[in-house]
Amino acid sequence: MGLIKFLKEKIFKKKEDVEKNEKYVKGMEKSRHNFASKLDTLSKSYKTVNAEYFESLEEILIEADVGVNLTLRIIDEVLEESKEKKISDPKQINELLVDKMFLSYATQGGNIVNEITFKEEGPTVLLVSGVNGVGKTTSIAKLAYRYINKGKKVMLCAADTFRAGAVEQLHIWADRLHCDFVCGEQNADPASVAYDGARKAIEKNIDLLIVDTAGRLQNKTNLMNELSKISRVLNKAIPGAPHESFLIIDATTGQNGVSQAKQFFDCSPLTGIVITKMDGTSKGGIILAIRDELGIPVRFIGLGEKMEDLEEFDLDKYLYGLCLGEEDEA
Amino acid sequence: MAFESLTDKFSAIFKKIRGQSRLTEKNMDDMLKEVRIALLEADVNFKVVKEFTENIKQKAIGEQVYLKLNPSQMVVKIVHDELESLLGSGESEIKYQRNKPTVIMLVGLQGSGKTTSAGKLGYLMKNKLNKKVLFAACDVYRPAAIDQLSQIANQLNIDIYQKGTNYNPVDIAKEAKNKAFNEHYDVLIVDTAGRLQIDEPLMEELNKMQSSIEPDEILLLVDAMSGQDAINVAKTFNQKLKLSGIIMSKLDGDARGGAALSIKHLTGIPIKFSGIGEKLTDLDIFHPDRMADRILGMGDVMSLVEKVQTEIDEKEARKAASKMMNGSFTLVDMLEQLKQVKKLGSLGGLMKMIPGMPNISEEQQQAAEREMKTFEAIMNSMTEEEKLHPEILKNSRKVRIAKGCGKTNADINRMLKKFEQSKEMMKRLQQYKKSGRIPPGMNGLSGF
Repeated sequence: MGLIKFLKEKIFKKKEDVEKNEKYVKGMEKSRHNFASKLDTLSKSYKTVNAEYFESLEEILIEADVGVNLTLRIIDEVLEESKEKKISDPKQINELLVDKMFLSYATQGGNIVNEITFKEEGPTVLLVSGVNGVGKTTSIAKLAYRYINKGKKVMLCAADTFRAGAVEQLHIWADRLHCDFVCGEQNADPASVAYDGARKAIEKNIDLLIVDTAGRLQNKTNLMNELSKISRVLNKAIPGAPHESFLIIDATTGQNGVSQAKQFFDCSPLTGIVITKMDGTSKGGIILAIRDELGIPVRFIGLGEKMEDLEEFDLDKYLYGLCLGEEDEA
Repeated sequence: MAFESLTDKFSAIFKKIRGQSRLTEKNMDDMLKEVRIALLEADVNFKVVKEFTENIKQKAIGEQVYLKLNPSQMVVKIVHDELESLLGSGESEIKYQRNKPTVIMLVGLQGSGKTTSAGKLGYLMKNKLNKKVLFAACDVYRPAAIDQLSQIANQLNIDIYQKGTNYNPVDIAKEAKNKAFNEHYDVLIVDTAGRLQIDEPLMEELNKMQSSIEPDEILLLVDAMSGQDAINVAKTFNQKLKLSGIIMSKLDGDARGGAALSIKHLTGIPIKFSGIGEKLTDLDIFHPDRMADRILGMGDVMSLVEKVQTEIDEKEARKAASKMMNGSFTLVDMLEQLKQVKKLGSLGGLMKMIPGMPNISEEQQQAAEREMKTFEAIMNSMTEEEKLHPEILKNSRKVRIAKGCGKTNADINRMLKKFEQSKEMMKRLQQYKKSGRIPPGMNGLSGF
């Protein structure tokens, strides 16, 4: 059974899930549209596959920002298996390709739990980092909204003391969400603000403390050291903190995403990635490359600017979303 | 800078062929394969990559590099020329209106750096070009976006036209333009909200704004880290708005910025500025020809020279130089030099601009920067007399200085040794200058 059929059955098995899936699929419509229609057009223009067909598949993956190395490897695998099993039908080849992508992600790193794992006692601390302009603050608002709805007591800590307007931005969100908020002064040491946040989180019996940090490019050594310091200081205030450390990645990011994940991981071991702006035309293939190189899983996916526009990442659905069109035409 | 890794890759490739006296078709293909991977990893659009490698191959065959004795240099030249033509030729600057305000609209995806770039453009135009600048805060959607712009405006002492968030952005822009016109501003910079290029209502809003204020420039912000999709973003924005230029943001990261490169090639829209840091002064005019040099590891001497010219006090520098030459170089001069060098920014950034020096590791740079700091601290703890006559430094003085600056005696000795070396080098330089030859082992770092 082809993976896509399997996915489809799995996804539409439960009725109550249908609505949720539709939102997900709709959100990613633009992303998957290109990819899917390209695969489809491709498979239609060939009766049997040849070297040129594989070259075109390669281009489609590269265009989705999956990255050269991973792309070449997956295509090689598909090529080999198709030779072995004497598959020459382009549709089957496409299914094989999706299978390979699925396997490559799923077998890299351990089992994935998307939701934040809460501590039995005391505040659970989530540190959020990323380069400039990827949507850290917006994602934090979305995460806070999610967990407030699950009945958690959430506190936001504005440790971005550098960028103009950053504290205000988080403050506005905290007001809208009616949750606790901690900030320091403009240009205060962000680590001290984080420490303050941790102390207050204990005092106020907070379940989830989310620490916002300033955007920083991963090659700026001093700023990266500052991030490690924030992480260390949190650990001092609450042993084991940060319990979760999310890197925010913009779906439009190209191959630099791997370098981002590497360097941020070195500063504060990442427990997950939130990929934002997936409601655009970018396919976010870089997450596959990051998973392949570093084993960091994607936990959540941002699909818009509103606070409810956050979904759990589901590999089945992600690939399903990317390849839906192809199967429908079949 | 952004294209480092590409540079590294190319030099590795060229090193491979450099050993061979003749280029065969086979190793030409190998090389092109490497070039292809390097460019794809740099996020250059795959269509551009295809065209690029094809062109290089054709040119290499046309020039018959296979038969030449030094084919690798020929290939370097071809790759260089191709890159340069890919990046476009000539600088494109903003054209300012004479008797009315020049209206500049900044557009782009969320988080691409519009507001920050508005601030940087404001600084450039007000402080460098003496223009009277007005900001229009038209991002009514993102929380605190207006706060961000008004804080920046405050820092720069630039006026801002804002109406809060319950106002139509098109109206804000229009009123801002009227204000700019009536109050004789030279430049109006309109900051707009970030939007996806497929968001019809928001794109429509930009369209209306455009026809309402008739901007002289519409600049699209493109993140240097963008992947393959950047070209679709640029194409759609260009279809809807007819862009006049690109600002490439976050070029100070380690992304290779290939996407912006492809945009130039596939749409013809020139890259006018590049963002090279978070400070409001960190905006540079984009120089395509220099960028090609940089990609190929040839250094960026022009940018260095310009940087030195704007930051270094020329008189001071000349004074120091003449002192160096006639041998009366003292620690006071060395301290002055250190301060001048520091003004230029990170040593690492500087080193990369110097040809033949791209192979200094991050650690080496940092070590050198640390050493400069240590030396400065030591010299700041010395009396004037000690600085002019370091030979009077005996143990007790050294202990005092070490205490004063929190360093060790060993650090002081190291500094003194370096000073002696510099002095020695100056002397040698002087002699060589007379004889007209360059001294061996002239090393920029050891002599500062």
